[in-house]
Amino acid sequence: MKAIEIENLNKIYNNRVQALSDVSFYVSEGEVFGLVGPDGGGKSTIFNILATLLLPTSGQASVLSRDVVNDAKIIRQLIGYLPGVFSLYPDLTVEENLIFFATMYKSRIKDNLPLIRPIWKQLVPFKDRRAGKLSGGMKQKLALCCALIHKPALLLLDEPTTGVDPVSRAEFWDILTNIQKQGITVLVSTPYMDEATRCDRIALIQEGKIIKIDTPTNIMEAYRGFLYTIKVENVFSVMEKLKEFDFPCNYYPYGQELHIAFYEAPEIVLQKFCSFLREQNIKFEELSPIQPTIEDCFIELVKLK
Amino acid sequence: MYSIVVENLIKKYNHFVAVDNISFKVKRGEIFGFLGANGAGKTTTIKMLCGLLQPTSGNATVAGYDLKKDYKSIKKNIGYMSQRFSLYEDLTLYENMQLFGTVYGIPRKILKERIYESLDSLQMTEKANSLVYSIPLGWKQKLAFATAMLHHPQIVFLDEPTSGVDPIVRREFWNMLYETANKGVTIFVTTHYMDEAEYCEKISMMSDGQLKLIGTPSELKSKMNVDSIAELFQKIVNR
Repeated sequence: MKAIEIENLNKIYNNRVQALSDVSFYVSEGEVFGLVGPDGGGKSTIFNILATLLLPTSGQASVLSRDVVNDAKIIRQLIGYLPGVFSLYPDLTVEENLIFFATMYKSRIKDNLPLIRPIWKQLVPFKDRRAGKLSGGMKQKLALCCALIHKPALLLLDEPTTGVDPVSRAEFWDILTNIQKQGITVLVSTPYMDEATRCDRIALIQEGKIIKIDTPTNIMEAYRGFLYTIKVENVFSVMEKLKEFDFPCNYYPYGQELHIAFYEAPEIVLQKFCSFLREQNIKFEELSPIQPTIEDCFIELVKLK
Repeated sequence: MYSIVVENLIKKYNHFVAVDNISFKVKRGEIFGFLGANGAGKTTTIKMLCGLLQPTSGNATVAGYDLKKDYKSIKKNIGYMSQRFSLYEDLTLYENMQLFGTVYGIPRKILKERIYESLDSLQMTEKANSLVYSIPLGWKQKLAFATAMLHHPQIVFLDEPTSGVDPIVRREFWNMLYETANKGVTIFVTTHYMDEAEYCEKISMMSDGQLKLIGTPSELKSKMNVDSIAELFQKIVNR
């Protein structure tokens, strides 16, 4: 069974901005599927269409076997949706927000408390605080509780971790793994490439187009270049010197390292690269081959496009 | 020569201590990464340093001006860029720069020159008369940075400037920061991307209103016996 099916979806805003171009993908029941890509790529447009808040310009989309255009009201009762912008009531307290959402969906907090307990536990100390006064990470946790409180069959999470610190981000993904175990299908979007590996399958998306769909492992294995890393003192000063290096390769900073991808004749270019570094008196620890991350894959797919 | 000197800065909201007695210095021309968990007190600190919020006690000098007495001069001598909405979507690229340049009191003729210079180096001259709404997020962030630099501030404060930006443009953005710092401008930046923390000359980490660590990335990594800033962050925040 497919929880979501999208075929040749297009969305054009105001007759001029093409937000989505022929987007097609499906999400199987029980899957955690990630839409991974930068902001402005069309992720939120997909969510808005699936949540029946926006009509597609053309193409088909169904959610839990119901059509997003004709069966909008039914879909709304079945899904939990966490929008990309904070959409809870800032003037209601944490607890009041949760009660409100539970009531709207005609369910009771105590019935589904076990589902949200691990997250709710962290919010309990703040339950009388107004939602607008929570920190960014806490707001997102509350929004997740509100989206889950009626135990939806499908959870739509639009950038739940944007602006959230790395420790809270990791916690958030642990929570999602638990939600999946309860049999809930999850469609989640993120601009953080490192989160892609927490999904069963991902679609890399940029400028309204899907550039790749597969499991994270398959995407990393399909990487075409030969990827190397070197540790250098100051990545950007090395980048500046490398402007003079005129052989086919692709290099970019990666934290304290520099990643270099070679395509044609890797051995020869690699040798040239090392001697260039020595000529320029760039101090470096030995080049070593590495496995690409999803971020490396994204960069490759965009640059070689 | 220091651009920012913070001494025993405290900010309390009723009984809640948002910033708990922090002290640090930032050198001129340094890229200073200001890290911390959500709700650790980063934004409150930045607001104080920009002269938008008075501390409960303690003091700081920013660009040589006293936070308590000269906060108006501070505002003139710093640049500021927030993570979003720092530009007007329904104005053109040129109009946005003109607006902010005028607010900072740059004479009209000089401003025009600077805007074109700046758009030129961003390779956006052709788009000068397009609405900001129509350009990609990565471009917007680069433009917002260039706009914050129009009045040639000594220091620029950047609050999560690369949040949600694609991996290629994120790196281009940091390259811009690096070039700007090389010209002697102090860069005070917050980020949740730990790879970007590695690009800073110095970083600090806040947790529960306190400044837990400060130093160069390599210093701190060897001191705390970790391989990356990501691990370091985990250690500090979970404590």
